Amino acid sequence: MSLIRKIYRFYYDGFHQMTVGKTLWLIIFIKLFIMFAVFRLFFFPDFLNSKFRSEKEKGDYVIEQLTTKPH
Amino acid sequence: MDASLVDWSRAQFALTAIYHWLFVPLTLGLSFIIAFMETLYVRTGNEEWKRITKFWMTLFGVNFAIGVATGIILEFEFGTNWSNYSWFVGDIFGAPLAVEGIMAFFLESTFIAVMFFGWNKVSQKFHLASTWLVAVGASLSALWILVANAWMQYPVGMRFNPETARNEMVNFWVVLFSPVAINKFLHTVTSGYVLASVFVVGVSAWFLLRNRHQLLAKRSIIIASVFGLIMSFFLILTGDGSARLLARHQPVKFAAMENLYEGTTHAPLAAVGILSGTRNEHRQREFLLKIEIPSLLSLMAFHDAKAYVPGIKDLIHGNPERSIISVEEKMAKGRLAVTALKNFKEAKEEGNLSRADSARVIFEENFAYFGYGHLTDVHQAIPPISPTFYSFRIMVVLGMWFVLLFLLSLYFVLRRKQPKWRWLLYAAVLSIPLAYLASEMGWLVAEFGRQPWVIQDLMPTSVAVSSLTAGSVKLTFSLFAITFTLLLIADIKIMTRQIKLGPKDGGTL
Repeated sequence: MSLIRKIYRFYYDGFHQMTVGKTLWLIIFIKLFIMFAVFRLFFFPDFLNSKFRSEKEKGDYVIEQLTTKPH
Repeated sequence: MDASLVDWSRAQFALTAIYHWLFVPLTLGLSFIIAFMETLYVRTGNEEWKRITKFWMTLFGVNFAIGVATGIILEFEFGTNWSNYSWFVGDIFGAPLAVEGIMAFFLESTFIAVMFFGWNKVSQKFHLASTWLVAVGASLSALWILVANAWMQYPVGMRFNPETARNEMVNFWVVLFSPVAINKFLHTVTSGYVLASVFVVGVSAWFLLRNRHQLLAKRSIIIASVFGLIMSFFLILTGDGSARLLARHQPVKFAAMENLYEGTTHAPLAAVGILSGTRNEHRQREFLLKIEIPSLLSLMAFHDAKAYVPGIKDLIHGNPERSIISVEEKMAKGRLAVTALKNFKEAKEEGNLSRADSARVIFEENFAYFGYGHLTDVHQAIPPISPTFYSFRIMVVLGMWFVLLFLLSLYFVLRRKQPKWRWLLYAAVLSIPLAYLASEMGWLVAEFGRQPWVIQDLMPTSVAVSSLTAGSVKLTFSLFAITFTLLLIADIKIMTRQIKLGPKDGGTL
């Protein structure tokens, strides 16, 4: 049996024989979906990337923030 | 900046970090306990050890699966809620987190699969090596995020570039091996090891109370108690190291932990204390009740019972006799740095290089106080006293209880005193949530105590936040609260179900 096939069988059998693991994988997938497809996409845009295109613009903005405060 | 935006952003980050830290320490500690158990199985060939190993491995798997990637949310928050901070730290954060990602993926993901799927498929020694590598890999993953956190408390090994407004790493090894980073890593991971030991002792005690799986329970108690005792010793040692580092690098935090207002030689430690609910005219919280241990604070801070420990008053208003400069002076230097940065930027845009050079010189001379330039009142430099003071005491008292618990549990198992010691079994079960409480309290001490700074002396929290609306942060706070609470419920539900099933039925993932 080739190495790749052995590795494939190793993971296939492992996942196949899982008991509580199946529930856990379901939770992991739901969690990752919520995190990346909902939170990241709709609620957590990168603030600087969403407002500025170049690195210089971002740096200028942060310098402005650092020098126009205090609060 | 809108104060409610800053507060909600802090609350959101705290909520996410607290929830994330509910899962991490058990993963860190349980992986080692499992490795010890499997080592005993491989060395003795005793099948009971294999059964024990597989049972705890199942609980490890549940915790790992529910907790995995909960820390990613923190990274989302850096970009969205803390954009000024994220830009300012530059590659200091990026490099350790990238290393963490790569290590976590290759070490944990690969060998966790062997750990769970590899029984009877790979050799015993390879399986055991995989289990150990998962344990070591988990702790090494924690190293990188803790290095990043330590840098925020003690920023070293970098140079701020005023042209880009970013810190640039000049010496990776100084960042990695800073005394604060080393101590923080060791103190944090050993706290995880102790938490896991309490967890194993507590669950085993529950089995003994139910007269189920007696051999598993007793063997597990022995392993966990010995591991917990050894790790408690290291925890005390690194805690002592933390005290000395705080006294040197974050003296205001150290004074806040003790509510020490007036500096003194032979400084006493407030072993027990109750603080007044309001501040007096000096903004000091007076003690309503205090039991002191003479000179212990001086001893903790400087390993010298006669040493002078500065109080909040000295650190805020200055103490020329002790060469402590006031926050007012630091604010003046900070304002010079802020103005110089602005002038440097303007001069660069005008193409006036000589003006830019002189502005740069002033900036670099005063950069160490840059954050103070954003304060408007000297009292803003004082961290919240009550949460820092109480969190520290809760953590220490519980830590001492766990030492006693491990000692009594060992005695109880080795002397076979089960019928007489049922109260201890109940106490052990109840100690499981207390271990989580102690662990979270440690974080609260560290994070409340370093306020108002997000990066010590360089960036106050109020400057670090993005210009969002407080409403949007409240919304995401609520979403996180719901999501993480659901995850926690799932974790507890699946975990308790597996515990109830016990090793026979719950021994595989």
